[in-house]
Amino acid sequence: MDGASERGIVQMAVENLVLHFGGVAALAGVSLEVYQGEILAIIGPNGAGKTSLLNCVSGLYRPTEGRITFEGEEITRLSPHQIARLGIARTFQNIELFRGMTVLQNLMLGRHIHMRTGLLSGGLFWGRAQREEVEHRRIVEEIIDFLEIEPIRKKVVGSLPYGLQKRVELGRALALEPKILLLDEPMAGMNVEEKEDIARFILDINEERGVTIVLIEHDMGVVMDISDRVVVLDFGRLIAEGSPEEVRNNPLVIQAYLGQGSGAYTL
Amino acid sequence: MECGIFHTTYQQDMAFRHTWMEKARLVLLLGFIIIFPFVANRYWLTLANQIGLAAIGAIGLNILTGFTGQISLGQGAFMAVGAYGAGIMANRLGWPIWLTIPAASLLTAGVGAIFGIPSLRLKGLYLAIATLAAQQIIDWLITHWTSLTGGVEALVLRREANVVLGVALRGDRTFYWIIMAFAAATTLFTANLFRTRVGRAFVAIRDQDIAAEVIGINLFLYKLLAFATSSFFVGLTGALTAHYRGIISWERFTIETSILYLAMIIIGGLGSVSGSIYGAAFMVLVPAFITNVGRQFQTTIPAMAQLLPFIQQGIFGIVIIFFLVIEPEGLAKIWRDIKSYFALWPFSY
Ligand SMILES: Nc1ncnc2c1ncn2[C@@H]1O[C@H](COP(=O)(O)OP(=O)(O)OP(=O)(O)O)[C@@H](O)[C@H]1O
Ligand SMILES: [Mg+2]
Repeated sequence: MDGASERGIVQMAVENLVLHFGGVAALAGVSLEVYQGEILAIIGPNGAGKTSLLNCVSGLYRPTEGRITFEGEEITRLSPHQIARLGIARTFQNIELFRGMTVLQNLMLGRHIHMRTGLLSGGLFWGRAQREEVEHRRIVEEIIDFLEIEPIRKKVVGSLPYGLQKRVELGRALALEPKILLLDEPMAGMNVEEKEDIARFILDINEERGVTIVLIEHDMGVVMDISDRVVVLDFGRLIAEGSPEEVRNNPLVIQAYLGQGSGAYTL
Repeated sequence: MECGIFHTTYQQDMAFRHTWMEKARLVLLLGFIIIFPFVANRYWLTLANQIGLAAIGAIGLNILTGFTGQISLGQGAFMAVGAYGAGIMANRLGWPIWLTIPAASLLTAGVGAIFGIPSLRLKGLYLAIATLAAQQIIDWLITHWTSLTGGVEALVLRREANVVLGVALRGDRTFYWIIMAFAAATTLFTANLFRTRVGRAFVAIRDQDIAAEVIGINLFLYKLLAFATSSFFVGLTGALTAHYRGIISWERFTIETSILYLAMIIIGGLGSVSGSIYGAAFMVLVPAFITNVGRQFQTTIPAMAQLLPFIQQGIFGIVIIFFLVIEPEGLAKIWRDIKSYFALWPFSY
């Protein structure tokens, strides 16, 4: 292992995380560190526990054992809305958008934690509430421009094609102005062109906004291209960790993928 | 002729009414509301007042059920809290109407929030059952806590309670103005609410509660807030009704009322402020119309008299089903379709 100093500051640390569903151990003692400003890819066969790990971090699952710290503060027992306020945003493997609302409204909801208008001032819509709407609308429009979704800003999300929905969900997470962004298979089910777009967005978010990225992805080509570091999960355990090159040539990893007997994840 | 809508500032874009057509419609509507009491007879005034009262309650229920996605069968009971709250404050504490109405509405908001606590754990039908329990508990309290509510006897409000600055607020015409003012305020407040932060959070909870939490919405707080806000307006309807009628009886606030209001917002349009008003108008006007037609028949065929109530209920049910079948999204959707057809008329294709 390299020294921590070489990699920078530890932003988030997962220590010995255990999570059981009945008899199934979705996570069987996972420890890993996420360094400030990096793009970390989490890979592994189906059912390896990748999504479960993200769900623990965002407070949706309660681990049976272990702890998670973010910027030195323990977040293991916090609820999802508290974790969001600390600067952790995410997208979901199966898109979880507010389907009845427009793209704009979805992104404005991403601003929720940064806004202050309450029930009364919202209902009266006087001065400050109105100014706040405009101010945050401006920020949201910047994100819309960045993600190149201007033409659909007033469309109801549920009516959009899958690829665009994924993009809107990324936008909503971005609207939180997170310090760390957790992306659960942001390119799944996309064609090459769409994947390239998303990869470009992820790189821009990381470089220009300085957001740390934790990315679950099955497409090894993409993982190799954009990530700084890769960790591999298999049956709820961390079986390898290193640069994309190192991981690709790791015999344990090759075996884990071969064991799955699927050609979909060629290394 | 407009071929689309373009805005140069975000303020303009956020406005409710964009085109001159929409503005003209609003002016027409306001004009109608102002002229109406001068031309209408007492029968039409009572109908208008009923619509106004129902609209406030329906908007209240829609905030909770249509916008936040939390089913409630406790509407009738919450209305009772507003009505009995106002009545008891007027009679026991000697408070005047301008104090009882806000106080009783706030009281209902508090009671609603308490009965909203199960919503944290329960969803859908299970929550419906929990709110049904609220309905039963409050019904029971009203009919059994005789020393406070008068029990199954009607509660008659002190006449002085309706006096403000020496002026007695009584009668259909006076209450027309009061009810319309409250209905307008409720409409405006709710429409604003849903284009700002808290209202959006309510809708987010309806659409995807897990995602709502993950973007930082405190589910517990916001669900209780939705129950409280909704109940406030439902309580307002109750309190206004109490002062308008001067007499309250528990039969007005049973589970039947809860279901009637649910039907109102389903017919009008779930998650639509204007739909709540259409639904209220529908639920008041259709039975009134059926009754009138029935009276005509009664004079020609006297044997109908006994069957009439059943026939009326049956027809009412059929009309509701008919509207739901042709447009499940409610009257608000039908109205939107008509508008968008004519917006580009005669070049719409
Ligand atoms: N809510 C749940 N209830 C029961 N079992 C669950 C739940 N969530 C995950 N599991 C189980 O935990 C294990 C890990 O699942 P997880 O979704 O984390 O895998 P994954 O690595 O994200 O897989 P994929 O690549 O298919 O998304 C699986 O065996 C899964 O069936
Ligand atoms: Mg997964």
